[in-house]
Amino acid sequence: MNKLLAEEIYYYMTLGRRFELAAKEHYMKGDISGFLHLDIGQEGLSVAAMKAFEKGDVFSTYREHVMAIARGIDPKAVMAELFGKVTGVSRGKGGSMHLFDPSRFFYGGDAIVGGQIPNAVGCAYARKYKEEEEGVMVIFGDGATNGGAFFESLNIASAWKLPIIFLCENNRYAIGTEITRVSPFLEQSKKAAPYMPVTEVDGMDAIAVYEAVKEAQREIQNGRGPIFIEAFTCRYEGHSMSDSGSYRSPQEMQICKAQDPIERMKKALTESFEADAETIESLERRAQKAVEEAVEFAASSPEPDAAELFENLYCKRCGNVVS
Amino acid sequence: MLYREALNRAIDDVMRIDPDVVVLGEDVGLYGGSYRVTEGLVAKYGERRVIDTPIAELSIVGNAVGMAIGGLRPVAEIMTANFSLLAFDQIINHMSKYRYMSAGKITLPMVVRFPQGVSRQLAAQHSESYEQMLSAVPGLTVFAANDVNYAYHALKKAVLMDDPVIFIEHELLYNKKGDVDFNAELDPFKARIVKEGEDITIVSYLKMVDDVMASVGKIEESLKRSCEVIDLCSLNPVDYDTVAKSLKKTGRLVVVEEDHKTGGYGAQIVSNVCEELFYMLDAPPLRIAGEDVPIPYNRTLELLSIPTPDKIAEKITEWGRRNGL
Repeated sequence: MNKLLAEEIYYYMTLGRRFELAAKEHYMKGDISGFLHLDIGQEGLSVAAMKAFEKGDVFSTYREHVMAIARGIDPKAVMAELFGKVTGVSRGKGGSMHLFDPSRFFYGGDAIVGGQIPNAVGCAYARKYKEEEEGVMVIFGDGATNGGAFFESLNIASAWKLPIIFLCENNRYAIGTEITRVSPFLEQSKKAAPYMPVTEVDGMDAIAVYEAVKEAQREIQNGRGPIFIEAFTCRYEGHSMSDSGSYRSPQEMQICKAQDPIERMKKALTESFEADAETIESLERRAQKAVEEAVEFAASSPEPDAAELFENLYCKRCGNVVS
Repeated sequence: MLYREALNRAIDDVMRIDPDVVVLGEDVGLYGGSYRVTEGLVAKYGERRVIDTPIAELSIVGNAVGMAIGGLRPVAEIMTANFSLLAFDQIINHMSKYRYMSAGKITLPMVVRFPQGVSRQLAAQHSESYEQMLSAVPGLTVFAANDVNYAYHALKKAVLMDDPVIFIEHELLYNKKGDVDFNAELDPFKARIVKEGEDITIVSYLKMVDDVMASVGKIEESLKRSCEVIDLCSLNPVDYDTVAKSLKKTGRLVVVEEDHKTGGYGAQIVSNVCEELFYMLDAPPLRIAGEDVPIPYNRTLELLSIPTPDKIAEKITEWGRRNGL
């Protein structure tokens, strides 16, 4: 990783953290409604994974704001989507959990736990079929690894040697249920190990995640088949805004926060990349400004028209219209 | 040409012109397809394009969704409609919603083929019909093929369309004979008038169209009235123009369907007609549907559980007499 990239990752992590804090604030104020899953604590993983896998297709979960932004989607359009405005990424019809931008090979934004995994596998088939080498990455939490969609997907991706990275964000909690209460393993990679190479990474270390994903992307190409990466991480907030996270002890949270990915990235920037304080401050100022602009844009954007209700359901040129 | 040959030909013709069309499902490749619809395709197009999947319906539809996102035009086969229940998360939460949730940025050019219905003594877990559920999902287009010519053209269009389509086939129709006019331009959304008539409009689809046609002679003879028979063809959207035009003439509506009567597909047709066209009606509409029981194995009981030509004739005649015909 070079200095420029390290700075970029730090910038997006800071932007991600501040974006999420702003989203939280505006949720409390009532500007944002529905389910809101914050990525605070996991930004290093989200940003580094996107930056490492810049050209492939990405399928993610409902905790995807920071990934979407790191992928290059304008924070304004993301915040506007959270506000339910017509200027949002999905014109206010998707909300926080459904951010899509095919021009950046980013396909959400899936709110069915594990539901995006078979889609990613199918996409990997298509990419292999078309001899497009970048491959696919599917991101899911530890909670998704107990469902049938996950196991079907491991089986198929492995049988057909598809170019796909399974990236498991193991934050140990499926909403409020600790993983070892419902799974025989803490390490979900044990489930994937019979099917494909697995690797573990410290998800609180953005540089380690970046390197693991980069390496995995090289591995999945040339017909060698899928790879499973397990990134251990920690979400600071509850599962969503309707969850206080009270099932975790203050001590546990303290240990978590002591590994804060942003602080660690900042330290790496200073020590390994010799970034000076001024550079770091200017990245933080830029991030803060981008968040403020995003909120302003979202707040001042118009609501969708009533006619929007029936838009985008069917493709008009398919002739699927009945009088 | 047989119905299954027409379907085969439709897929073949589309695969020939568009290298992005792929077929996937259980036993669709080397085995030739459970109902031989995909027979011979693997020899022509190879295993890369005619993909034998594991028995994993969730993944068959889920992978097809991903293939469509990745630029292919997948044609997935569910071996029997009952098995599709394992894939309903993918059908309803993914296939039907990607377009809307992404405000049109993602479009899914894909087809899921659905052999369904009461065949011969396949019992409760291999005999069901799910058009009522599938047609109630906004974002899906649902075609139901009775006619051989329609089967060919509608499937071809379905594959080439950019919207996700559920293509329903009836297991007892696979050996039905008919002509295909390969040069015709057919609108798959338009209902088909199978027989013209003046006094009773009978709306049906899939295999029941044939059972209605087998009963019409008897009905007309005993009531001394003529029946107009409509094959809906597209179950979502419905071509209500054709239905309304017919009702304007006849004033009487009968819907014949094979699925269970409670919550059955015909309920929506009757409801919409009553809401919009009530004053065209000279008699209360009649619904003839399957009984509200799982489909039994025993042949006598099986036939008791669904409409048959005799039952259709009897019920329509009795209803006609009660309503002054």
